[in-house]
Amino acid sequence: MLGAYLPILVLVVIACLFGLGSVVFSSLIGQKKPSQVKLAPYECGCEPVGSARERFSIKFYLIAMLFILFDIEAVFMYPWAVLFKRLGMFGLVEMGLFIVILFVGYVYVWKKGALEWE
Amino acid sequence: METIAMPAINLAVIMPEILLSCIAMVLLLVNVFVPGNNKAYLGYLSIIGLAVTAASAVGGWGPSVSAFNGSVVQDNFAIFFKVIFLISAGLAILISDRYMVQEDCNQGELYPMILFATVGMMLMASGTDLMVIFLGLELLSICLYVLAGWNRDNLKSNEAGLKYFLLGAFSTGFLLYGMALTYGATGSTKIQAISSYVMGNPGVASNPLFVVGMLLIAVGFSFKIAAAPFHMWTPDVYQGAPTPMTAFMSAGPKAAGFAAFIRVMIFAFPMLRAEWSDLLWILAVLTMTVGNIIALSQDNVKRMLAYSSIAHAGYALVGFAAVNAEGAAGILFYMLSYAFMNIGAFAVIILITKKGEVNGNVQDLAGFGHKKPLLAMVLSIFLFSLAGMPPTAGFIGKFYLFSAAIKAGYVWLAIIGVLNSAASLYYYLRVMVFMYMKDPEEDFEWAGATPAIAVCLLVAVGATLVLGVVPGTVLELAQKAVQF
Repeated sequence: MLGAYLPILVLVVIACLFGLGSVVFSSLIGQKKPSQVKLAPYECGCEPVGSARERFSIKFYLIAMLFILFDIEAVFMYPWAVLFKRLGMFGLVEMGLFIVILFVGYVYVWKKGALEWE
Repeated sequence: METIAMPAINLAVIMPEILLSCIAMVLLLVNVFVPGNNKAYLGYLSIIGLAVTAASAVGGWGPSVSAFNGSVVQDNFAIFFKVIFLISAGLAILISDRYMVQEDCNQGELYPMILFATVGMMLMASGTDLMVIFLGLELLSICLYVLAGWNRDNLKSNEAGLKYFLLGAFSTGFLLYGMALTYGATGSTKIQAISSYVMGNPGVASNPLFVVGMLLIAVGFSFKIAAAPFHMWTPDVYQGAPTPMTAFMSAGPKAAGFAAFIRVMIFAFPMLRAEWSDLLWILAVLTMTVGNIIALSQDNVKRMLAYSSIAHAGYALVGFAAVNAEGAAGILFYMLSYAFMNIGAFAVIILITKKGEVNGNVQDLAGFGHKKPLLAMVLSIFLFSLAGMPPTAGFIGKFYLFSAAIKAGYVWLAIIGVLNSAASLYYYLRVMVFMYMKDPEEDFEWAGATPAIAVCLLVAVGATLVLGVVPGTVLELAQKAVQF
């Protein structure tokens, strides 16, 4: 029973060894030319030190919210697609209605200009 | 591969909800495709939509029809409440346009938002599954959070929206937790199934899981109807929200809260009447007293009406605590008359206040009675009705609620109610004293009523007086509605 999980254990071990090995070997044989920039903490390319109270464009939030809304659509569609044949005509019509309602929202958002960055 | 068996679909039962949702979606699109800043036409289209929906809802009057595997029901109780919701939405829409233009927040989405909120209320009234009731409540609440914060340039309105959202989400958590515990104790979210489980297993009444679940559900609904001690959000939200939305919130959603509250308590927990009736007794006394006493010291008319709305929830709870047919019919009648008299009073306040809601204090009303005699008279009628003076709808409503309490043996509850009602006269009459008996400190010009507001006032005054003088027909309908 537990034998089925053996490949996973092997993978975990290999992954650990690989990670450990890369760090150890690069510190042993790698060249070291430290500089101010290289020593700074990594912050996704942003300035690492500064005020945390920066203003973000409201558009990020808008896009994020819209993404969640339409992402949910996909979440509903996957189980529906799996059971598509068993749900029959009823499922098709029901999903069609769902898409139409979402589409109304999409048209509204589009006309309102929420999808334009400028 | 066999197909999955579908439950019987009876769309006729939820036809009013379907209609109103479709109308709201169409209006949403009309709003973005038709250019121009004048959005009043959307309001008129919404009112046509509400009328069509009302016709469709009233068409179902008669024997109860259950659908969707017992999650939704079309019965007279739901239909009576649906008519109340549709009326309060319609009246609120009539008074919206002028206010929104005056306050520079005349976005056309207002009207679809009100319609979606109404759909949520209708689902709450007709849902017989805790999940459907919860979904309706969420649809309603999310729209209301937005409507409360509609005036984006006004700090007070922002505060109202945020406060309502935070506290509303909190109370929704209570409600949902209560529903989850009830489900855990009884094994179903269907009200019918819960009730038969409780009948079959009387021992469940001593199951802490079940008792806590019932209490948490009661707390969640008490928050929605603004009953003390869960009323803290009401004054700030009602004062900060745009006045037409305050009018709407105090009439429609309060009635929706009562509809769902009554449905869950009377249907799902009928065996435990003795327990929750005592609970409601205490809630009613607290709510009436807190609302009235704090209202006494308010200068801002909108805030005063917010506290008075808490007190009115208390009067309705008196009928609820009685747990008899008269009490339930009394609540239906009272909620209907309250929609008319309260939205009417707010309509006059819209005409009194200037941009930014200045001049909203009682003192600013000095001389109003002489400058605008007709509007002052109309406001007086609404205030008399709110205070419960004959021959207005408020008197008949209170009479029925209190007599139901006496019939159920709650004589003291009725006495406390009448005393509270007497105390409330002070702050209602104070407005009239300023209107008629004080001289204005500065010469002040008040705007006249726009046609839409005039129609709203006419309907509201007419209904307040008709329900007060010849309440027979409507009372009969309300009694028929509660013959479960």
